[in-house]
Amino acid sequence: MLHLQEAGFSYGGREILSGVNLDVAPGSFYFLTGPSGAGKTTFLRLCYQALMPTKGVVRILDRDVRGLHREDIAQIRRRIGVVHQDCQFVDHMNMEDNIRMPLQVSGRNTELDDRSFQDLISWVGLSAHMSALPPELSSGERQRAALARAVVMSPDLILADEPTGNLDWEMAQKILTLLIELNKMGKTVIVATHDLQLIRTAKSKVAARVLRLANNNIQLAGADL
Amino acid sequence: MNRFSALINNIRDLLQGDLTADSVVPPSGYTANLTTFTAGAMAFLAVFALALSLATGRLADRWSDELARTTTIRISAPEGQMQAQLDAVINVLNTTSGIESSSVMSDDAQRRLLEPWFGPDLPLETLPIPRLVEVIEKDDGPDMEGLRLRLSAEAPGAVLDDHTRWRRPLVNAAQRLRSLGTFSILLIMGATAAMITLAAQSALAANGQVISVLRLVGARDVYIARAFVRRFTVRALLGAAIGTGLGMTAMVFLPSAAEEGAFLTGLGFQGWHWLIPALIPPLAAIVAFWATRGAALRALARIS
Repeated sequence: MLHLQEAGFSYGGREILSGVNLDVAPGSFYFLTGPSGAGKTTFLRLCYQALMPTKGVVRILDRDVRGLHREDIAQIRRRIGVVHQDCQFVDHMNMEDNIRMPLQVSGRNTELDDRSFQDLISWVGLSAHMSALPPELSSGERQRAALARAVVMSPDLILADEPTGNLDWEMAQKILTLLIELNKMGKTVIVATHDLQLIRTAKSKVAARVLRLANNNIQLAGADL
Repeated sequence: MNRFSALINNIRDLLQGDLTADSVVPPSGYTANLTTFTAGAMAFLAVFALALSLATGRLADRWSDELARTTTIRISAPEGQMQAQLDAVINVLNTTSGIESSSVMSDDAQRRLLEPWFGPDLPLETLPIPRLVEVIEKDDGPDMEGLRLRLSAEAPGAVLDDHTRWRRPLVNAAQRLRSLGTFSILLIMGATAAMITLAAQSALAANGQVISVLRLVGARDVYIARAFVRRFTVRALLGAAIGTGLGMTAMVFLPSAAEEGAFLTGLGFQGWHWLIPALIPPLAAIVAFWATRGAALRALARIS
């Protein structure tokens, strides 16, 4: 699913990631933790090719990202669902159009029938908000909408960057539950978070591994979390 | 062939449109109105540049074709000898091959000719004004040197003027004006492309978040560019149609052609030339299409 070998990324002469080795198997659940500025977001951006490694090898969905054409990157991104802390939407389009956007841009809008779409929307608990504009939603609702958009194409890999960062504990639990359900459906999930309490809660529900980012590198964390 | 197919696909996509792709770009009144206004103003100017180019083209053709086949003989002689010299000139012309016809300019015609300088009611008979004979040549024309020698022998007061001396600079000037008109049209197209490129870049910069979201969900550059391209193309087409309409209306209300100032008043379109300005709106749309597409794809290539 995801393979990094001696991968590194430098920006402006500063080394942010270095010598990263990681193999993520399909269907696995990973947490990526570490202090702010440790490089969690950079790691995730490498995973969906918003950044290209300056060293080493990064293979995603069996494709080496080096030498990928822009069109290939667009194709690969359709197989990756991304959720950001500051989930971005097109503010003048309603939530239904925003959530359907991945289908629209890939020309597959007709592949998801209304019933399946309604099932997805009710799964994230946003059935009553489909005609609302993004600025009219609360942080938690926006985060769930971002999750719905990330999975509407039934991606193989879901990357979530601090998805509960702006949320209260109850809403964070809801988002975590949705991510765990996705993993149980066979999706590979990587969640970057600095919320150790969230990780401990998740580990009681799912076989999640925890990666710690420190000293520009990734290490598998022990049971001391 | 591949390029042609790509062009056809582009045009088909443009015409068919994609309502969702179009709606991704927020309706922005400011740049939209500026683009429409710019296209309109440029189309308005293009109508006049086109009219200038066509009118000077007609003028150059007329001067080079018609005047090339005419010659004037000017006869200056004392009052008592004028008729004899005139008869001698007519006799020479009648016996010279290559001449289609000749006619002595009447007093009325000469009076009209001099009226702009001396005013009406010029007492022509009291002034020592030379008589003019207009000669129309056949296609092959006479032997000018031979004609000049015969005239100097049989009518010493006659001077042959085949217009070459002043016709050539006039034709050159008209041809240069025509080239200037054509160059102006190209310049207008270039300026339109530049302004639409700037407007498109501004729109792309203002919609950074939209582009970021589209990229995140796997949109190809062509998909993102299309949303901007269609919008700017339609605006340019609309603006150019309005500008062309206004320009042609202005041309209709120009003073009609009159002999007194045929150059200036003959600036409008004639005959089927009225159809040519109809090409301006589609041309503006094509320019806008390529300008926006180029700007969008270049800008998107810079964004990761």
